Amino acid sequence: MSKKEVKLKFNAAWDLAPAPEDSKHVSIKKQYDLFINGEFVKPNSKKYFATYNPATDEKISEVADADEKDVDKAVKAARAAFGKWSKLSGKERGKYIYRIARLIQERAREFAVIETMDGGKPIRESRDIDVPLAANHFFYYAGWADKLEYAFPNRNPKPLGVAGQIIPWNFPLLMAAWKIAPALAAGNTVVLKPAETTPLTALKLAELIRDSGLPKGVVNIITGAGKTGAAIVNHPDINKIAFTGSTNVGKWIQKSIAGTDKKCTLELGGKAANIIFEDAPLDQAVEGIINGIFFNQGHVCCAGSRLFVQESVADIVIRKLKDRMETLKVGDPMDKNTDIGAINSKQQLLKIQEYIEIGKNEGGEIYQSSCSLPKKGNFCKPTIFLNVSQSHRIVQEEIFGPVLAIQTFRTIEEVIEKANNIPYGLSAGVWTDKGSKIFNLTSKLKAGVVWANTYNKFDPTSPFGGYKESGFGREGGLHGLGAYLQF
Amino acid sequence: MSRIEIQKTYKIYIGGQFPRTESGRYYPLKNKKGNVIANICLCSRKDFRNAEVAARGAQSGWGSKAAFNRAQILYRIAEMLEGRKEQFISELVLQGSTLAAAKQEVEVSIDRMVYYSGWCDKFQAIYSSVNPVASSHFNFSVPEPTGVVALIADENTSLLGLVTAIAPVIAGGNACVVLASESKPLCAVTFAEVLNSSDLPGGVVNILTGTSAELHEHFSNHMDVNAVIYYRNNKAEIKTIKENASLNVKRVFVYNKINIMSEKAESPYFIFDTQEIKTTWHPIENIGTSKAGY
Amino acid sequence: MSTKTTIPDFRVTPSIDQVGIEERVARFTTRSIKKESKMQGMKMVLSMIDLTTLEGKDTEGKVQQMCYKAAHLHDVIPGLPTVAAVCVYPSMVKTAKEALKGTGVKVASVSTAFPSGQSTHEIKIADTKFAVDNGADEIDMVISRGEFLKGNYNFVFDEIASIKEACGKARLKVIFETGELSTLDNIRKVSDIAMYAGADFIKTSTGKISPAATMPVTLVMLEAIRDYYYATGRMVGMKPAGGISTSKLALQYLIMVNETLGADWLSNEWFRFGASSLANDVLMQIAKQNTGVYQSSDYFSKD
Repeated sequence: MSKKEVKLKFNAAWDLAPAPEDSKHVSIKKQYDLFINGEFVKPNSKKYFATYNPATDEKISEVADADEKDVDKAVKAARAAFGKWSKLSGKERGKYIYRIARLIQERAREFAVIETMDGGKPIRESRDIDVPLAANHFFYYAGWADKLEYAFPNRNPKPLGVAGQIIPWNFPLLMAAWKIAPALAAGNTVVLKPAETTPLTALKLAELIRDSGLPKGVVNIITGAGKTGAAIVNHPDINKIAFTGSTNVGKWIQKSIAGTDKKCTLELGGKAANIIFEDAPLDQAVEGIINGIFFNQGHVCCAGSRLFVQESVADIVIRKLKDRMETLKVGDPMDKNTDIGAINSKQQLLKIQEYIEIGKNEGGEIYQSSCSLPKKGNFCKPTIFLNVSQSHRIVQEEIFGPVLAIQTFRTIEEVIEKANNIPYGLSAGVWTDKGSKIFNLTSKLKAGVVWANTYNKFDPTSPFGGYKESGFGREGGLHGLGAYLQF
Repeated sequence: MSRIEIQKTYKIYIGGQFPRTESGRYYPLKNKKGNVIANICLCSRKDFRNAEVAARGAQSGWGSKAAFNRAQILYRIAEMLEGRKEQFISELVLQGSTLAAAKQEVEVSIDRMVYYSGWCDKFQAIYSSVNPVASSHFNFSVPEPTGVVALIADENTSLLGLVTAIAPVIAGGNACVVLASESKPLCAVTFAEVLNSSDLPGGVVNILTGTSAELHEHFSNHMDVNAVIYYRNNKAEIKTIKENASLNVKRVFVYNKINIMSEKAESPYFIFDTQEIKTTWHPIENIGTSKAGY
Repeated sequence: MSTKTTIPDFRVTPSIDQVGIEERVARFTTRSIKKESKMQGMKMVLSMIDLTTLEGKDTEGKVQQMCYKAAHLHDVIPGLPTVAAVCVYPSMVKTAKEALKGTGVKVASVSTAFPSGQSTHEIKIADTKFAVDNGADEIDMVISRGEFLKGNYNFVFDEIASIKEACGKARLKVIFETGELSTLDNIRKVSDIAMYAGADFIKTSTGKISPAATMPVTLVMLEAIRDYYYATGRMVGMKPAGGISTSKLALQYLIMVNETLGADWLSNEWFRFGASSLANDVLMQIAKQNTGVYQSSDYFSKD
């Protein structure tokens, strides 16, 4: 046999032609107002701000900038609606929520297209993951509305009142569903603020909720940036704050409401360990690494951003990982074949690039896939760093992008210690073929969600939320209801 | 001939030891007549730090003990309380209780400890769930101890406040540092003696005496404390605790509206408050004709 | 082989997680293949087909008709490739060889007491030699599944090695009959055994047992081929057989090959489809692509 290089060649013989999702059936207005008390109203300031498609940098629409007066108006509407809504029988409340679930399913494609246009995530994900999960979340919690006393025996659960909900830009519609569905099922009314870079699906949801016949004021959706969020947090007539976002903002919220009786749940940052043992199903583990860090461009609080590979299989795993990275298609999020779409905003791209520079300067060995990036828009190559340690900043800090820090380990004790050696505690991954080892690891990892031989799986029935600085409270499942009830 | 009575020295309880406060400070506890009954340790920030270290060191061992074993140890605590019943009653009387009230407080305390002993290996079944996810995965959620809990106990009871604060926290596998009642601290050290002779590993419960005014700040800003529970009514202290908690996203609970003598002050939900819910996913292989169903 | 290859311990082959494999497969099936890439893919599919007839009622006449189809898939459309090979019983090899003279289409013969493999070593060797002597370019042997499931891995290994020897210059495809092996772990294990024993191709199924080829099974085998390639530097081909009858599914298989093994395997030297009715479905899709209208099977010859 002649000597030749043993290397696989990807993307060499058969390129897939562009397969863009059709967006013609989607209607986006030039301008969106605030959804308060069942109707769209102009903002007090008369100010609007633009929302862009991060894949093209083109302006898609503009949305209202809510100030304190608008927040107050929304809270008043929610308060006024609370009495009737909370006294409605659980059965009737549930039927409204079911209706929302069904309407999302009917308009799923439209939601998926807008989610991808506004946020940059690949249409494959918004179509197959975000939108169906959002609908399922409403469907799941609808069924709880008339069963609350079974969830909390001996406690006589009662709704809290008005919930102020602030959600991030990484899963705009899904996070809205995670917040609104359990709040309504428990009998609360809601003022929700989507992130300023991704407001459109929430506003589409507002249209859908208006069409659903939900009583006016039960759900109010207002847009704006940090100032609007602060006004919600500090509004005296709000009973509960639910926040998903950065740990820094979460801490600020916790501090801001310290002098009040507001209830609070926080779903904050993470820096999850994804641990590969030598006896793992390695090809599936590599797939888990890919899903762990490159799902949604790595804009995932539970991303498996710290990879730990047992030293005996490190070379094989990294070779497989590099091969797999070569097959990832990076580019137009609307293309059905795109695996990694656009980074959500210029600002976030700059932050990621800064971390990549930090990683290089720290002496990490960088590897990026050979893909080419589109000339326009915000894109980042899938990136891994080898030869890093716990002391590297790119290992300690949440990057929120497609950047993976890889460390090797030798023993179980060592990897448990390193996995837990972080202020976060949202999620973790474990890959091994040995059942007893899995249970040992899952019980010792300080993390709210442990994926064993899988990663980044979500389901409405499954509680999600963190330990330590990743926040408190759970969303999803029976445990997610408790956050919206008083006893 | 009357004999000179040996007076008791009231110390604090850290890591299974009975040190004096490292600060060397004390405050005098007086009875109604204004006579000094005892000199009580006025604990400092450093005492709290030492106690926290002891608690952190003990927590993982305690949390991973068999739940049944934890139940037996809590029951043992109740047994030891029962054995020292008279001593607690006389200490309560010394601190101003009527005999009847003292007797009642001790009995409720003992019964409450037995109550939580029973929960040690049962609350998991109440708060766990197998979640029927749509994909081919087995998915379950279980409660796990949150870690180290700082407790500022009820001011108005000497023994019951301690038991009420500590029992649900340790039943759930946490370790704790607890600040005893400032005005009624006598039972604290006697209770520590009970703990020390009841197979509870040192460091799982650490008891300090002193003032909440001084210590609430440190209880709530320590970066290695996972939760703070406050049983008193000082609004300013509550606010500070909640603000400080945000430094490392501590869980904060304020229980100042419950009648501590009533059964409302005991429930598995108090255990649940210092638990974290952990959800685990694992694939289910499907070979054969029908899918495995969970 | 120029370098000495260490034969691994087959009792400890890598584990496979079935759910993970299925999730990976689901990703392949969501790829959207359009326009020129679809046309290119469909022509590749045609060129990779082992047009197959393996029936008790086969006759020389039937084989001759199929051979003509193999070399003339649909002459109305210019520029179409021929299939890669025809696959027949040993007794039909001579007929096929003559019918395909000058077409470039290869003749593959099943052997080793196909499909059950329940015969003696001598008969299996003789069966193979007969096919090779009659001109077979490729031999599709079956393994002894009973011995494999008993854990008699050395038996399986030695049998493959001896058939390989009997093949001479003919390329050896080793059929696992994956539908009888139950788990993906077994499929990974038998893939490793066959490759280390000298298989030029590994093949899923005889077509006589259901399930025949599936994408998860094929993915496990492709990953085994990849790992073997990295370990030894030797390329091994892959042939899913049975159950692949639509153009859409065949293209999804090619996506899987492309993203698991890459460009080098996207030729009929290293990838085949064992199929009897796939060709016409692909032809209908090509005609649809050319004319813009959906097709009827009445316009495509069945041989």
